Amino acid sequence: MAGDTQQTGTEYIQHHLTNLTYGQHPENGWSFAHNAQEAAEMGFLAVNVDSLGWSFGLGVIFLLLFRWAAKRATTGVPSGWQNFVEMMVEFVDGVVKDSFHGRNPWIAPMALTIFVWVFLMNLMDLVPVDVIPWLMLQAGVHFQKIVPSTDPNITLGMALAVFGMIIYYSIKIKGVGGFLGELTLQPFSAKNPVVQAVFIPINLALELVGLLAKPFSLGLRLFGNMYAGEMIFILIAMMYSAGWVLGTFGGALQLGWAIFHILIITLQAFIFMVLTVVYLSMAHEDH
Amino acid sequence: MNINLTLFGQLVSFLFFVWFCKKFVWTAIINAMEERQKKIADGLDAADRASRDLELAQERATERLKEAKHEAASILEQANKRANQIVGEAKEQARAEGDRLKAAAQAEIEQDVNRAKEELRKKVAVLALAGAEKILQANIDESANSALVDKLAAEL
Repeated sequence: MAGDTQQTGTEYIQHHLTNLTYGQHPENGWSFAHNAQEAAEMGFLAVNVDSLGWSFGLGVIFLLLFRWAAKRATTGVPSGWQNFVEMMVEFVDGVVKDSFHGRNPWIAPMALTIFVWVFLMNLMDLVPVDVIPWLMLQAGVHFQKIVPSTDPNITLGMALAVFGMIIYYSIKIKGVGGFLGELTLQPFSAKNPVVQAVFIPINLALELVGLLAKPFSLGLRLFGNMYAGEMIFILIAMMYSAGWVLGTFGGALQLGWAIFHILIITLQAFIFMVLTVVYLSMAHEDH
Repeated sequence: MNINLTLFGQLVSFLFFVWFCKKFVWTAIINAMEERQKKIADGLDAADRASRDLELAQERATERLKEAKHEAASILEQANKRANQIVGEAKEQARAEGDRLKAAAQAEIEQDVNRAKEELRKKVAVLALAGAEKILQANIDESANSALVDKLAAEL
């Protein structure tokens, strides 16, 4: 187990679900939080160093690897890594061409970034839950959550960026009037101006909910799936301290869940990408 | 599980990564792929054209071959005809030459026979004259007798 002394199961789980947070504590000032409660007390002025660090690091790895292929991209016979990168690019390009009907050179690279980056973040889920926290503990770091996508800050941060793009492109393509019209003049509309005036607040309420639901569903879907998967890995890992019979059983379970999880992490990355593309496609559609 | 500045950190990283990906990854790879696509399409086109050319060339070659055969056959025929003609002419010439030679030989033979006859006649006349001289033992006037002898010789 990751703790240095005997822990209860609850403590073990909580320990695994606590981020390494650096922030302004009301009493301790700018410092690392020593427990989940302190992290909560820091409020908004805090950074989950582990989530952000792993997320940024994985993003950098992704871009370096792909940049390497892009630099050496030849029009001749591609080989090895370039082949793989081209396969990914072609796959993402296909998805974008299928579901995005506007003209925007940013959508496809964004979709590629989302897909590969989210996939890499999810992939950290397959690293046995105790390995890196234990290594970090040897280095004196008490908390470490290595799967960035189990942190709602990460998933909602990306969803928020997507939301910002939805608003930006909606206004850019349709104009402020067009965007407001979309929010207020449908789904209910009438010829009679009085009836129409009655409909406007109803429409606005409905459409606003729909609009706001997009980033939340996007971010929380990824977070929920990854968080639940991580939780099951932690629960399975608890079996290792319960004797060799349960431990062996736990090993088999972990293997099975990990194999199944390969599907989930890919699928979630794909869903995040496709939904982003679809939302942005809707933002580009002019009625 | 607290919402904090991490959110904005992620948001900014995301936007930065998207920008980087578009600027330094996506464009280069897509360009390379499109260029390769074009190259392959061009190559296929060229191959198509080449095979069409080949077909055409083969057709032309066959045509030429046929023509050549035809020509050869006609030349051969002509040559045969000419050969026959030459042989016929030669035969004709040979026959004429043979005839001519034969005629000449016959003429010569006839001439020889005539000459021999003449000589013989003369010799017989002389002989006869000598015989008569011997018989008569007398000197007969030669000039008087020569007419007689000539007459005798002509009768021979």
